[in-house]
Amino acid sequence: MTTFTPQTSADVLETVRWAAGEETPLEVVGQGSKQGIGRPVQAEHTLDLSGLSGITLYEPEELVLSAKAGTPLAEIQTLLAKNDQELAFEPMDYGPLLGGDFGRGTIGGALAANLSGPRRIKAGAARDHILGIDAVSGRGEAFKSGGRVVKNVTGYDLSKGLAGSWGTLAVVTDLTFKVLPAAETEKTLAVTGLDDAQAAAAMAEAMGSSGEVSGAAHLPEGVVGKFLNSAITGSPKTVLRIEGFGPSVDYRLDLLARLLNPYGATETIEEQDSRTLWREIRDCKPFADGTPAPIWRVSVTPSEGHKVVDAFRRAAGANVYYDWQGGLVWMRMEADPEAEILRKIIAHFGGGHATLVRAPLSVRAAIPVFQPQQPALAALSARLKEQFDPKNILNPGRMAGP
Amino acid sequence: MSGPHMPKADEATLKKREEIIADMRIIVPGEGVVASDSEMRAFESDGLTAYRQMPLVVVLPETVPQVSRILKYCHERNIRVVPRGSGTSLSGGALPLQDAVLLVMSRFNKILDIDYANRAVVAQPGVTNLGITNAVEHKGFYYAPDPSSQIACSIGGNVAENSGGVHCLKYGLTANNILGIEMVLMTGEVVRLGGKHLDAEGYDLLGLMTGSEGLLGVVTEVTVRILKKPETARALLIGFPSSEEAGQCVADIIGAGIIPGGMEMMDKPAIHAAEDFVHAGYPLDVEALLIVELDGPQAEVDHLIGRVEELAKANGATTSRVSNSDEERMSFWAGRKAAFPAVGRISPDYYCMDGTIPRKELPRVLSGMRELSEKYGLRVANVFHAGDGNLHPLVLYDANKPGELEKAEEFGADILRLCVKVGGVLTGEHGVGVEKRDLMPEMFTADDLNQQIRVKCAFDPNHLLNPGKMFPQLHRCAELGRMHIHRGQMPFPELERF
Repeated sequence: MTTFTPQTSADVLETVRWAAGEETPLEVVGQGSKQGIGRPVQAEHTLDLSGLSGITLYEPEELVLSAKAGTPLAEIQTLLAKNDQELAFEPMDYGPLLGGDFGRGTIGGALAANLSGPRRIKAGAARDHILGIDAVSGRGEAFKSGGRVVKNVTGYDLSKGLAGSWGTLAVVTDLTFKVLPAAETEKTLAVTGLDDAQAAAAMAEAMGSSGEVSGAAHLPEGVVGKFLNSAITGSPKTVLRIEGFGPSVDYRLDLLARLLNPYGATETIEEQDSRTLWREIRDCKPFADGTPAPIWRVSVTPSEGHKVVDAFRRAAGANVYYDWQGGLVWMRMEADPEAEILRKIIAHFGGGHATLVRAPLSVRAAIPVFQPQQPALAALSARLKEQFDPKNILNPGRMAGP
Repeated sequence: MSGPHMPKADEATLKKREEIIADMRIIVPGEGVVASDSEMRAFESDGLTAYRQMPLVVVLPETVPQVSRILKYCHERNIRVVPRGSGTSLSGGALPLQDAVLLVMSRFNKILDIDYANRAVVAQPGVTNLGITNAVEHKGFYYAPDPSSQIACSIGGNVAENSGGVHCLKYGLTANNILGIEMVLMTGEVVRLGGKHLDAEGYDLLGLMTGSEGLLGVVTEVTVRILKKPETARALLIGFPSSEEAGQCVADIIGAGIIPGGMEMMDKPAIHAAEDFVHAGYPLDVEALLIVELDGPQAEVDHLIGRVEELAKANGATTSRVSNSDEERMSFWAGRKAAFPAVGRISPDYYCMDGTIPRKELPRVLSGMRELSEKYGLRVANVFHAGDGNLHPLVLYDANKPGELEKAEEFGADILRLCVKVGGVLTGEHGVGVEKRDLMPEMFTADDLNQQIRVKCAFDPNHLLNPGKMFPQLHRCAELGRMHIHRGQMPFPELERF
């Protein structure tokens, strides 16, 4: 067992080249904040990128930032905040959910896990903001893709190809992201007392309005008390976030309140609480309970989310809440994950995917953590993996089983 | 035009042409196979009309099983295939090959599903970009990416080219506005990526497919995100004595946290050509003209328009007008939208380039272009998507003058080299195709390009789909698969290990 701690991209190249030559697998980690996600990796050595750190370029007026892969996300977010900018994809922090600390994780990890947050429905995920990368393939060859400009169709978009690849295709050493101005202010409109189906309809109406909603979540009775220090206990809340310039936020809040009034009583959550609430929604606060109880992250057609839950509950018990207009369902299982049942139901309701983001190691070793693909697609993914990492030395087994 | 060097035609395929045509007629009965010279003429080029080539045969399938059977047939017989949507590519992406089946997707022209609750439209790939907006407009929705060819270009082609438009700084490119596709691999296998849900369950194959220029698969269905139309839009028309000041104004607008729906710049030659053509009321005594369009809720647009006006003043704007009606706003755009035909009036021919640069490099690139213009003895006019740094220099030339076309092409290539040199890229939205294929090594090393080709190997190991596009050389997959093994010492033996 050796831990390599490269300080430069040349060190990374040398290490991967050596590992490829020896055909010895590497577990690639940043700060290890998401190490508990995925199938257990069987690797003799560890490639620890946390020493490959530093912001190498930041030009606020050009909306661009470059950093080495091991740069702490927190460091980047602090610098951006000083300039009233942000990573608009609102990367979630898995730390508390997985029993770790808040505020850890690297920029490389954000791409490898294709992180996003409630704003995913308006601004996209990490994949939508990555502009360029430098990386080392499992072949032990350095390559780059993309650049530092927003509009670029020169060659295949390998940067997107690496988004959500969990370190199984290549080791990214440098990344360039598009950054955006942070909203001047925000407020949240809450509608009280809707059941899951009514909430789905209300959220669809809001998203289809001129309200430019940047977050649409439904917090059923079973979880609502876990948010904002139990300040909003009791009836379910359907919450809609409005961000932007002050006058615009007030104008849209008013518009949405009138639009949703027929659904139920509305109230406004002011800026500070609104920020806290959406961070808690983003980071799955209600289920960050220090237990290893299985947690599913389910992405389906927004209008179908509550139907999936309804059907699933006939087979097994789960506590849930919805983000992304109802299309992202966080499910905390009462007992076993029931992967097959859940995935069958998802297929029945128009398709999507379920990822078992938290479960004991033995469970993650036994069932597919990531949604299994149709045979033709699984074969294509396997061929892609082979073209990047023919000796299967990068995080072997983490996404797909052997 | 002399024409690019294309892959050598396969003699065996050419000899079997009649047999292939007959087989295609079995797969696609009726009028779906076009084989006569006179009828194939319409397909011999795309939007890059300087390059022409008659295909082996043109096939216009109507169903997914037909596409699947055509590709399977060609795969089994090692026959090349060039996919084509509406044929509006400006980079020769749909240029036929002599020994290839030209697979035209224009009969896939139906919208299959409009789902307002989930803000998604499922369309066949031959539906035009504008066709999607037209289908949902009555409910106040639209599809955001708006390439200038949107009246004709197909949504399948948009996926292949990752098309942009003037609104992409705020609303993103095709890649950010599609949710899923169905596609057929070269083997004939039909696969679905994404759907109405978000994100991929595994690798982001949708991300790789978007902008792959028809080299990886044939798109047979697209699910796009539709958006509610902004409540209102207002524009400013601002003139500056120099491009530096205009550029600084753009930087200050963005620095103030304002992301306009559209932000376009024109240089003096482009302003004059446009004004002479459409009489939009553009100021003629300025060096740079900026059109800034703010869209969104009424309260927001009214709030921001004053701030932009102040920033323009602070940056030395000599003229500044704010639109007070939709009619006036459209008049600001009239000259910009007519810029290409306007330039077409003052020169027998023009060659449209498409580099992207970091915005701050604009003055340097413009002055470099002036030097090149003198060197080549050819004029150049510039329109510029100022928000995202995408530059469209129009090189003016006369194809009837011997050697002038070649000079224009060299001039264009030098402009793109300059873009790369200042940290930009070869193409922002028109694609590599055949046009910029041979410039790829300006931006990429052999290792960079080989890794891209390996992606193609995962999808199409025999290089049958659209060869001769994007890559200057398509190395054989078997060759690329070989690994040079470096056996040696464990790296950094001096480091402490745990």
